[in-house]
Amino acid sequence: MIADAEGAEAILELAAQDPDLMTKSHIIFIPKGTNYTQALRDLKPAQFYEGPSYEAAVQRIRHVLAEAKMGLQVYLTGTEGLMGQAQNEAMQAGIPHSAIQTEHRGSVARRMQCVHCKGITEDVITDPFVCSHCGLNLFVRDHYSRRLAAYQGVCIDAEDPGNVPEPQELYT
Amino acid sequence: MTIQFNEETFRDDYSFHNSDWAIKRFPFPFHEDSYMYAVNMEQHRGGPEGSVYEKRFDVDEHYVSEMRDRAMVLADDPLRCQSLPHMTLAGWDLLELIMVSKSEDYPDLFELHRNGNQWRWVNKPLGIDDTFTFLDETTLPYGPMEYITRQAQGDFCVLDQRDDMLWMDAGMVTTQADWSLDFDIGMNFFEWHAPVPLAHEMGIFKRALKFLLNIQQGAPARRLNWTMTVNPLLDTSPENYHKWGIQKTTLTPENIGAKQHLRVELQTFFRLPRSNALVFPIRCYLCSFQDLMTMPKWGRRLHRVVRDLPEELATYKGFIDNRPMMLDYLSQFDDGLPTSRGVWPDLDTEPALKKSS
Amino acid sequence: MSAAPQKAKAGAEKIDVTVSAVVPLNELVTRFEFKAKDGRDLPTFSAGAHTVVQMNDQGRTRLNPYSIMSDPADTSHYAISVRRDDEGRGGSLFMHRNVKVGDEMTITFPVNLFSLDLRARKQVFIAGGIGITPFMAMIAQMERLGGQWELHYSVRTEALGTYVQELSYKHPGKVHVYYDDQSQAIALEDLLDGQPLGTNVYVCGPKGMIDWVHATASAAGWPDANVHSEEFTKPQPGKPFQVRLCKSDKVIDVGEHESLLEAIERSGVEAPFLCRGGACGQCETDVVSFDGDFIHRDHWLDDDQHANGSKIMPCVSRFVGKSLELDR
Ligand code: HEM
Ligand code: FES
Repeated sequence: MIADAEGAEAILELAAQDPDLMTKSHIIFIPKGTNYTQALRDLKPAQFYEGPSYEAAVQRIRHVLAEAKMGLQVYLTGTEGLMGQAQNEAMQAGIPHSAIQTEHRGSVARRMQCVHCKGITEDVITDPFVCSHCGLNLFVRDHYSRRLAAYQGVCIDAEDPGNVPEPQELYT
Repeated sequence: MTIQFNEETFRDDYSFHNSDWAIKRFPFPFHEDSYMYAVNMEQHRGGPEGSVYEKRFDVDEHYVSEMRDRAMVLADDPLRCQSLPHMTLAGWDLLELIMVSKSEDYPDLFELHRNGNQWRWVNKPLGIDDTFTFLDETTLPYGPMEYITRQAQGDFCVLDQRDDMLWMDAGMVTTQADWSLDFDIGMNFFEWHAPVPLAHEMGIFKRALKFLLNIQQGAPARRLNWTMTVNPLLDTSPENYHKWGIQKTTLTPENIGAKQHLRVELQTFFRLPRSNALVFPIRCYLCSFQDLMTMPKWGRRLHRVVRDLPEELATYKGFIDNRPMMLDYLSQFDDGLPTSRGVWPDLDTEPALKKSS
Repeated sequence: MSAAPQKAKAGAEKIDVTVSAVVPLNELVTRFEFKAKDGRDLPTFSAGAHTVVQMNDQGRTRLNPYSIMSDPADTSHYAISVRRDDEGRGGSLFMHRNVKVGDEMTITFPVNLFSLDLRARKQVFIAGGIGITPFMAMIAQMERLGGQWELHYSVRTEALGTYVQELSYKHPGKVHVYYDDQSQAIALEDLLDGQPLGTNVYVCGPKGMIDWVHATASAAGWPDANVHSEEFTKPQPGKPFQVRLCKSDKVIDVGEHESLLEAIERSGVEAPFLCRGGACGQCETDVVSFDGDFIHRDHWLDDDQHANGSKIMPCVSRFVGKSLELDR
């Protein structure tokens, strides 16, 4: 089970439904400023790891997947960015995406790839937004790549340079 | 017939041009006076002599210049050509398909000499004469897919077939109508088609996928798609959209005939034998409005199609803002006379344009 | 709709071959080898592919699919192995009794509905009886690609263990054979347990075996996409039926092994088509009247159209009943 932030709540709910589950579970948790760590530890999972960031946790995730056997169940919960990236690791390891369970919790921020410079901007909450790498004004497309674990951002003022609409909060 | 290759560019000074021969054989995509998405697929087993449908891989006067343009695109952005590791075998399949087809269909331009796995490939227009070992990557300067698609016009998507689904797991994409291989690689048929309007609701993709999954070796298929491009720019990529998008605003009533191009994709589908993958070559043909207008039937019809095209499609194809100007131009070539059915220009039977006084 | 409508050259996906070898392997199974009649190489194929062999049995055409078991890297010939089925509809009996070296036959281009997942970290093959044939080609391909594989092969008796000796000799340690008459059985649960992530399982054999592998793998938490099967089903032809074509004023008979579209064409009536697979919609035909039931097999018409009998796709669909009249 890999979770970040409010994803912890989904795990707590699962554990409440099926306490036996925890005896076989390995939880990898990235708090992102939340304080669910103790509650998750109290579930007494077979293994528990808390990482400061996804980037820090990814080596461990890869190692666990490389050693894993067929029959392993992967459960991802929390932000879209976390679920997308961890899903990609699991797919690389040979699990079809259709067999990976995901549960979105918490922030609706999107992980965006700038189609022009290829840079990823994390936690985008407005449309349009500024690419954190090349500085172009990008609009948020619904087109999603599982491989990149990101939505696509495309230059909004290419045909009318400088005409950038006021950013709106996503999903409002 | 030996082809006279044009010396031309698809960028900067845009010296691209079509000869009379190329205009006459242009794959005009509208068989009637209106257009809507359809599962417009048919067998790809030749076509009328001289038409773009005749050969498995059409080679025309733009060949050498298009290949030069592709090399420039790849030098700027190598991510336009990608192949996931399990697709190498499919790459060899594609290399074989193209080499065999071209050497059989254009013996004056291409030669393939096979002695077991020792192959010699001669590409006269590009001045290539290479000997390599089939299925041994170390004997080619690039991977097999990249090697051969640097010598073949049009984009190539190589689709892996698994779980009754097609996966875009490899491709060479430098002449695309505004989509990104780097973004779409690894996606399945429904995912990469997600941005297309209306067609999902019409059930087109479901039926198209069933058809594609059933394409069998020795029985290739084809279809046409089209869009609009200002200037004969092959590389209308999202990657560079912030650079070329502005060109769309340079149209004027004076230059539209020369600048505005109808962009037609001849898309073909072949089952690949060793890998059971599917290859989807997307061959792009460009023709300026003014050249199209030399065929009275095409002039009448293009006006009606553009006029009546649903707004969603004109928006998706990126010409909604320029549509009024296009219609002003095209309406001069529509005298209201009926048009014959089918895509062919029918120059001998269709009446000349009636000049309105 | 079409840019340049093309009639298919009839039979273009077929290959004329000569039988180059007939090798009895045991009491029930015989191997047949084919070479192209024109002496050239046969089309390349991928492991898992089958070909449909056309048999001319005293005026009756029989069409049976067989896995191509020869090495995909060797296209000088194709090999199939045919198990004699004394109760079947006669295709295998015909092969065993009538087909001799030097005979000329027609087979189709290879079609693969059972292909390897080339991303797999490891391939596990499970065969029952004559279900070994596709794995013969897969093993040849895996050996060439250098991929990891293992075979679990269950046969009735040593005497009926087709290719057991050859396989065990060439690939000791990778090939595991189980004899029914010695009460040996594949320990499937153990076998599935502990396989590395990214393993794919392929099963070919009797229906019971296929169902068992799917169910056991699923219970062990394997994703469905990692379990592949090919069942030996006979082609699904249909009962002959009669149709009246109103426009052309003809009554035609549709044979057991031909499609309605083929029968229409045989009678000399032009009918549109593109895909011949029930997907493109080109052959859509209006029903004028009917008394009976349609067997719709297309992916084109919607459920309502299927239910109300207003249209039929003659490339794939059939009819059983008293009478059918079409607007053609
Ligand atoms: C397997 C082969 C195919 C590939 C790789 C492919 C790929 C694509 C891609 C990348 C796009 C652009 C989507 C975007 O905007 O990002 C597209 C558009 C489209 N595709 Fe396909 N496609 C395939 C087969 C088909 C087939 C068989 C149909 C048949 C109906 C079809 C119908 C369309 C349509 C209608 C569009 C919108 C085009 C426009 O309006 O300009 N595609 N395709
Ligand atoms: S020919 Fe395509 S549906 Fe029948």
